[in-house]
Amino acid sequence: MTAARSEPAAARWALTGLALLTLGVLIVLPLCTVFAEAFAKGWSLYREVIEEPDTLSAIELSLLAVGVAVPMNLIFGVAAAWAVAKFQFRGRNILVTLIDIPLGVSPVVSGLIYVLVFGAQGWLGPWLNRHDIRIIFAAPGIILATVFVTFPFVARELIPLMESQGADEEEAALVLGANGWQMFWKVTLPNISWGLLYGVVLCTARALGEFGAVSVVSGHIRGQTNTLPLHVEILYNDYNYAGAFAVASLLSVIAVISLALKKLLEWKTGQAESGGLRRTETG
Amino acid sequence: MKLNRFWLGMVAASAVFAAGPLKLLNVSYDPTRELYQDINAAFARQWKARTGADVQISQSHGGSGAQARAVIDGLQADVVTLGLAYDIDSIAERAHLLAPDWQKRLPNNSTPFTSTIVFLVRQGNPKHIRDWDDLIKPGVAVITPNPKTSGGARWSYLAAWGYALKKNNGDDGKARDFVRKLYKNVPVLDSGARGSTTTFVQRGIGDVLLSWENEAFLALNELGKNKVQVITPSVSILAEPPVAVVDSVAAKHGTSAVAKAYLEFLWSPEGQEIGAKNFYRPRLAAVQAKYAGRFPKVQLFTIDEVFGGWQKAQKRHFEDGGVFDQIYAPGK
Amino acid sequence: MAGTGFKRFNVLPGFWPAFSYTVLYLSLIVLIPLSAVFLKSATTSWDHIWRSISSPSVVASYRLSFGASIIAGLISVAAGFLIAWVLVRYEFPGKPLADAVVDLPFALPTAVAGIALTSLYTENGWVGQYLAKLGIKVAFTPLGVVVALTFIGLPFVIRSVQPVLADSDQELEEAAASLGATRWQVFTRVIFPLVRPALLTGFALALARALGEYGSVIFISGNMPMKTEITPLLIVNKLQQYDYAGATAIAAVMLITSFLLLLTINLLQRRSRRFMEAR
Repeated sequence: MTAARSEPAAARWALTGLALLTLGVLIVLPLCTVFAEAFAKGWSLYREVIEEPDTLSAIELSLLAVGVAVPMNLIFGVAAAWAVAKFQFRGRNILVTLIDIPLGVSPVVSGLIYVLVFGAQGWLGPWLNRHDIRIIFAAPGIILATVFVTFPFVARELIPLMESQGADEEEAALVLGANGWQMFWKVTLPNISWGLLYGVVLCTARALGEFGAVSVVSGHIRGQTNTLPLHVEILYNDYNYAGAFAVASLLSVIAVISLALKKLLEWKTGQAESGGLRRTETG
Repeated sequence: MKLNRFWLGMVAASAVFAAGPLKLLNVSYDPTRELYQDINAAFARQWKARTGADVQISQSHGGSGAQARAVIDGLQADVVTLGLAYDIDSIAERAHLLAPDWQKRLPNNSTPFTSTIVFLVRQGNPKHIRDWDDLIKPGVAVITPNPKTSGGARWSYLAAWGYALKKNNGDDGKARDFVRKLYKNVPVLDSGARGSTTTFVQRGIGDVLLSWENEAFLALNELGKNKVQVITPSVSILAEPPVAVVDSVAAKHGTSAVAKAYLEFLWSPEGQEIGAKNFYRPRLAAVQAKYAGRFPKVQLFTIDEVFGGWQKAQKRHFEDGGVFDQIYAPGK
Repeated sequence: MAGTGFKRFNVLPGFWPAFSYTVLYLSLIVLIPLSAVFLKSATTSWDHIWRSISSPSVVASYRLSFGASIIAGLISVAAGFLIAWVLVRYEFPGKPLADAVVDLPFALPTAVAGIALTSLYTENGWVGQYLAKLGIKVAFTPLGVVVALTFIGLPFVIRSVQPVLADSDQELEEAAASLGATRWQVFTRVIFPLVRPALLTGFALALARALGEYGSVIFISGNMPMKTEITPLLIVNKLQQYDYAGATAIAAVMLITSFLLLLTINLLQRRSRRFMEAR
């Protein structure tokens, strides 16, 4: 940092102060409210709520949704990034935009579309009903909605990363006699591993927190089809405010941990990327 | 693919469950959480004593209209216990899951308990709210949910309308004007009854909450007698939240008998007493007499008398472009 | 489409499996279900569709959703630029923590955010009570919607601007300064043009997200007809009246809007990338 060419110290401190104040009021304060309310009735009630069977089943369902949605989007993300970043083809921009679509779809609509397809009055409803397969108002519907809202995260992370890395290393591996899978496992995957993990963390955080879309397809059956965010709403509506915020604080803790993980990964990716750039420059 | 295997797993799992205890799903509206918690426990005990079999009842709660829609879209409800008959009519009409004359199959219009709309005010009643007329005074903030999304709010709206009609000798224009003034005093329309109670009690917003009677007393007990008090107006509406077995679903699950017994239990002395304890007005004379002190006397009118039934009321007041929309239209 | 004309030649293997899988998965999870929105709204008459998407309360909700999203986007751009600037250029204690906190709105469940923001900004909340003394009401007014949408949108702007600022060449600024430019001139003539595409991207992303936002807004907005009803809420209201066709018609309007927005973002991003490469 060249101080002589930068702002005077007073201005720097003022700007820093202003930025931190903005962050504090806009973002940190709401988080503090969650924890303040969660512990308003003390630690024992907090534990009681967390250990309640309905809470445990909500945790279980949330983990199941994440456990299915994240690997599915991970595989998709790698395939999509490979096609989009390493090859040039017509309609590439449209494809990239289509992948982004779930980001811009209102959560309400994300849930609604699956009701329109799988609901009793929907396209597949009568067929599913005859074969007694439950999708909406059961775990598969919740998983589908979760997959939808976290759809682009891994792909979005990988596409720019793989674009910037180019294809030189893969080509070199092929010239040296590697087959396609060897090239992928030995060259591509190590190069993108940190970016991949970063995408997975984002995907997980969002999957755990999704409310609107899941709420539409859940059916809200206690102890059966409620995820953690839905359980927060139920407790809140039971006049159990401290309980609602206790579960909310659990979700916040997960959010904070995933942010810390993300920070670490960013640092690692930064290292890997600058290494990669240096290689391409000399190569 | 992965998902396919997962679905197979789900189907297998449901087959295993089917062999376990009998399962019932009761899809209900928002304020009945506490009521059915007690009812379910009592019924399971009684059923076990009678038949020796276990029955497990699951609950789903939400806005009455949203719950009806979920059932129409395939939520596997064996019984529905909703806020108004219109919503169960919709299930019969749109998804044909039960007969159109469902309301005649159980006593009292299939309504085991009644309720009404009362006022919840701050302790000491600082704004001196005694009756409906006090709600349209300037400076009184009224909290009630949005009638388009909440069943309870529709009862409140109709209660206010019915009061104004009675007071003005049936003058429809004056009733409309009264309701318009009332909603002018509403600073926030939550989507459901529970949301409004939270706004009023927890956030301290507003001077008076229009609420189901049972909801008002529950809030009083749960959230502190020193904070709020219940005011019963001179006239109100007789709210009849009905119940029904969803025939097709119950038949498929093989739960028709237990579902019917479950609903009939609501009319038994034990069921009626649980209702009364949860501040629902009982139907049985004996239980009524026992809990008479709980329920203030109030002159009640029915929706059929004043509005010609739910279908008509819904169409005129709450459909898009209906009276409720009109009173919010700019410049009126 | 024929292989050769469609795809430029490349020695790397695996294009067709990767491409086919991408298109298949995309279609199954996203495109086919989304098409249900359009097909469902097409089951009704044009007249009904038009009435659904142009009734006064729906138009008022567009005004609120777009207006509040744009204002929130602009606030996010201003505040986000400042925060990104400070995080990139200055050193201060606790900087990694501040940097990590930025993503919180992204990871926090929206319903939790909505409840927390509402309890902060009502007239007896931690922040609301002071604002109330100044005569400013936030919760249950359009301002509350703006607050919630700013909370949602801020990270998008910060995360778009940060890498560009970090990559930007400070030699350019020094050169400008040594040629006699004031700090302000350096800022407006050198730095700002450099980050403008990133600011636009961040703005558009925040806007796209804000337009559809539901969970965090419904608690704080108060849901007053004609005043504080957002468009997604009206979709829910239509569903409550079993008007699937009307609901999907409004949803289709929103979908087309966000698709156009996202397309713009991708074009902008491509342009800014080309711009960076050209330098």
